[in-house]
Amino acid sequence: MDWIFEPWPWYISGPLITLVMTLLLLMEKQFGMSSNLRTLCAICGAGERTSFFKFDWKAQRWNLIVVLGVMIGGYIGANFLTKKSAVIVDDDVASSLNELGFKSVNQSYLPEELFPIDVVADFKIVLLLIIGGLLVGFGTRYAGGCTSGHAISGLSNLQLPSLIAVIGFFIGGLTMVHFIFPIIF
Amino acid sequence: MFFGIVLIKSEAASWFRIYEMFQFKSFHMFGIIGSSVGLGIIVIQFIKRFRIKSFFGAELVIAPKERSVTRYLLGGIIFGLGWALAGACPGPMFALLGTSFTPILIVICSSVLGTFIYGVLKDKLPH
Repeated sequence: MDWIFEPWPWYISGPLITLVMTLLLLMEKQFGMSSNLRTLCAICGAGERTSFFKFDWKAQRWNLIVVLGVMIGGYIGANFLTKKSAVIVDDDVASSLNELGFKSVNQSYLPEELFPIDVVADFKIVLLLIIGGLLVGFGTRYAGGCTSGHAISGLSNLQLPSLIAVIGFFIGGLTMVHFIFPIIF
Repeated sequence: MFFGIVLIKSEAASWFRIYEMFQFKSFHMFGIIGSSVGLGIIVIQFIKRFRIKSFFGAELVIAPKERSVTRYLLGGIIFGLGWALAGACPGPMFALLGTSFTPILIVICSSVLGTFIYGVLKDKLPH
């Protein structure tokens, strides 16, 4: 049973994600995580401001339960099913990250340079995280879905819009990693 | 819950893995997405062909997305920028919140805010 404590290979993880999507479909639900962000807006009372958030968020409660499950799953996965959490990346990637100033590469799950314990101490990091979050939240709703909704569900259903969106994800991601990272780090 | 475990254990929730993916240096992330989509296509075709009913006995329908290029491409690019920077999309974000990485809370709050901004500007944006 030792394998369970190791990082799971892609040919296990990928099919497991499909299984999650299939189960949700069979329960008449759609696999999409980003809708929850909209639901959270609605709960916070955003419906007062714009009609976009005026919908019956209570009908979306099942999805919030999925979110809760994902959080619990994250907790279990990290605390009970993992011995060494360090993510080991490709050698070239590790050295290029070192050059950018990321010293925690191959030593942890998330870069300490971006996710330190006392995050509020560093204004630049807080700002970067906020910008990252804003872009994700804005972009995902504009595109009508995120990785789970477009890349997994959408492509599985052979939807052209999802393919366009995924191409967009990569244009954005590549631009960030190759052109913007060297500037900000 | 299951999804959360998978996200953490497959390292898809790791910033490093996302960075690696955008460097095209590892097959790991592509393998995850590729195999789940590949299998997903089969599953969905199967559901359609044999008209599989849900657990509650209803016909399964997958709502098609509306047709547009601008919104998917622009929205996708914006999302991609954030994905690479924060290293997390909406699923993994919540999985990470379940672990002890508290800074992710900043990302979650600002992504809710980002969604709100979209809602406010929605009618002024090209779709």
